[in-house]
Amino acid sequence: MSLTLLNVIVAVVIAIAFAAANAAYLVWAERRGAARIQRRPGPNINGPFGLLQPPIDGIKLMTKQLMIPGGADKILFMVAPVLAMAPAIMSFVTIPFSENIVARNMDIGVLMIFAFASMGAMAILLAGWGSRNKYSVMASVRAVSQNVSYEIPMLITAITVIMVNGSMDLKAINLAQAGGFWHWNIFPSLQSPLMPVSFIIFFICSLAETNRAPFDLGEAESELVAGFHTEYGSMGFGLFFMAEYANIVIGASLTTLLFLGGWGCPFGLFPGVWWFLLKIYLLIATFIWIRWTFPRTTIYGLLNLSWKILIPISLFNLLLTAGFMKVF
Amino acid sequence: MILETTEQALQALLAGPMPASAADQADVRANGVMITDYKSHGYHLDAKVSAEQLVAAVTIVDENGFFLESITGVDWIKENQLEVIYDFSRYDFDTCRVVIRTRIPREQPVVPTITAIYAGANWHERETHDFFGIKFAGHPHLVPLLLPEDADFHPLLKDFKA
Amino acid sequence: MSAPIQLRPDETFILNVGPQHPATHGVLRVKMEMDGEYIVKAETVLGYVHRMHEKMGENRTYAQYLPNLSRLDYLGALGYTHGHVLSIERAAGIEVPERAEYIRAITVELNRVASHLFWFGAFVMDLGGFSPLMYAIQDREHILDILEGVTGSRLTYCYYRFGGLYNDVDDEFIEATKRFIPNMRKSLKKYAALVTGNIIFHKRLEGIAPVSAETCRKYGATGPVARGSGINFDVRKNEPYSVYSDFDFDVPVYQEGDSLARYKVRMDEIEQSLRIIEQGLAKLPAGPIMTEKKPKNIKLPVGDFYQAVETARGSFGIRIVSDGDKNAYRLKLRSPTYSNMHLFDETCEGMLIMDALAFMGSLDLVIPEMDR
Repeated sequence: MSLTLLNVIVAVVIAIAFAAANAAYLVWAERRGAARIQRRPGPNINGPFGLLQPPIDGIKLMTKQLMIPGGADKILFMVAPVLAMAPAIMSFVTIPFSENIVARNMDIGVLMIFAFASMGAMAILLAGWGSRNKYSVMASVRAVSQNVSYEIPMLITAITVIMVNGSMDLKAINLAQAGGFWHWNIFPSLQSPLMPVSFIIFFICSLAETNRAPFDLGEAESELVAGFHTEYGSMGFGLFFMAEYANIVIGASLTTLLFLGGWGCPFGLFPGVWWFLLKIYLLIATFIWIRWTFPRTTIYGLLNLSWKILIPISLFNLLLTAGFMKVF
Repeated sequence: MILETTEQALQALLAGPMPASAADQADVRANGVMITDYKSHGYHLDAKVSAEQLVAAVTIVDENGFFLESITGVDWIKENQLEVIYDFSRYDFDTCRVVIRTRIPREQPVVPTITAIYAGANWHERETHDFFGIKFAGHPHLVPLLLPEDADFHPLLKDFKA
Repeated sequence: MSAPIQLRPDETFILNVGPQHPATHGVLRVKMEMDGEYIVKAETVLGYVHRMHEKMGENRTYAQYLPNLSRLDYLGALGYTHGHVLSIERAAGIEVPERAEYIRAITVELNRVASHLFWFGAFVMDLGGFSPLMYAIQDREHILDILEGVTGSRLTYCYYRFGGLYNDVDDEFIEATKRFIPNMRKSLKKYAALVTGNIIFHKRLEGIAPVSAETCRKYGATGPVARGSGINFDVRKNEPYSVYSDFDFDVPVYQEGDSLARYKVRMDEIEQSLRIIEQGLAKLPAGPIMTEKKPKNIKLPVGDFYQAVETARGSFGIRIVSDGDKNAYRLKLRSPTYSNMHLFDETCEGMLIMDALAFMGSLDLVIPEMDR
């Protein structure tokens, strides 16, 4: 019993450390990547390749005074950043990095990650409402309607995968995809011929769920100043920032686990954590690439995309998969 | 040619009985339409009207398809008058710049608004009110535009001391 | 604890966009009455960078006033100084050597391209795409370098003089400009692929904020805003000044009147400006750059003088009322964005805030130019 408890504590500490390190260095990667796309150097002064920039930024954020605006709802204002960060870290607990590296594998892993991910919308709502800033309220309303509408197609595609693999256990889903890329869920199989479409829908939804450009309507800086975190400074802002990147890692991990064979090698050789990390960072690089290429969509365009295109397609796909599974 | 049409229309307007206020402006240019030398002055038609004829004159240029370039004032302190100058121009290639000007006494600087004819006159009139204190009777929202909300001075008047 | 928020469902709220807001590109404030994300009513509040250039025009001699003009629109300053020198030359009857006018036209067009490039970047940034700004700034940098080499400054030029120019262009200027034109054409293709062809970009602008030709006329909108609404009006064509009648160029006109049309007009104008620069370089005559016969202290004859020029933002007019002194008795600056922005209040009613701000971006505002 005590050993299990120790295990969990160690695992949680590692999860937090992984999330924090990722958040810090993804900011660096994003800035360097953006700079590369925009033909400028990016952060390159502090340390080799500017690698000391994230810790310095962190120290700056931590030493700044925490300001609470006069009209704000203090409790909600303080709770919101914590509520943004906590579910992101919790989701890491059940993500299997390889067959053995997993903090606590659960047979309802997919469900748990979705459950925690939907709490992120709550944090944004509280942040916007607690700030008592009109821009923040508008942004949080946008972000919540966006998260609600994109969770539906995302879940429907996840259900398709779950049906095909017959499990909600992330580890089991991956073991089912082991041994070469032709086993991966992204490729059409007899049971589900529209899997590539599902993958694209899932990827778009994870972009929208993490409030990333071109779906970053929650912080739309040219319209709503800084969106829901307009009033946040110091580490309150820092936590939102970290949560965003932690959510990106979760989104990429989930995409990898559900569609891209997790820790499996494309050719069935040396499966392990390195393949998993390679895949998620490639996906994250795509996230960054998309962000610095596209302009932002409109809120109605975004909601129309979800309700009129993604949900019907994913529902059709679900029915088709169910039919094929019955037949074959 | 639009120049002739506009000139004739404005002439017809001014040919009517002169309003009483025109009489005390005898020392400066009398009301009337003048074709100016475009090459040296940059506009074709110069119409001086009385404040009462202003709306009618602006209606004529509106009906002839002119657009509003700007409205401005001039403080003729020696004659104790303020002048309001309206610039009109055209989008088509029948180039014709029309200037309509009116003079009003400094003590009672009131001219009718033309916002009902040209919606774009709104800001121009507010600006002229800012700078010269000229009141545009009937203007929907005559509050300072470029000057601070509480400004009660008119910096382009020649007797303005900062 | 703060007071509970009590709102009736039909209640609107006031949103102050600005004076410090990323979308206004300067200190402009729009007081918007909002119903959720919909604008019920908007009122633009100007004057945050009002510096009373018109009063300065009354207190300074015409030559002393030259630097003021480039402080109006810091993105396309040469067009404004061009207007001023042209108005003085017209009124005082000063002849300008042909070479000087050609160089003026070339530099003004270069400046127009620089201004449109910056607008392009900032406009896409308004829509949430950040990278095109960096590309545009890089291209603009070449223009600024070219202009710096000949005028001595990068933004607030004071290069033209009454009757000519401050100094002649050198071979370096001509070489650099000749190198720049093909590079810019390449960049334009890239922008078309990266931005103009983007579906998100199209969806954000197509059919958004249509401005009718009649609205343009009532508000006196000029420049790309009018041309995007199907009005074929360009002062360079309608009222040819300087040496523009010697050049063969088109005026891009789009009938739709939406934000995309305004965007397309400006992008096409870059190409047309490049054509003018090319022809100007090819035709550039030899000769003096400064007229011989010019009075030392310029005094204008008594009377009114008006001069309009086509700047990057539209028709800029300068009206000088002279009483024969060496200062203007009254100097009025007719700024194009002032009239263009005036449309905004009426047009944005009932629009979503994000569309309205995209529309504002498509008007190409430079606030110091509007407030003067």
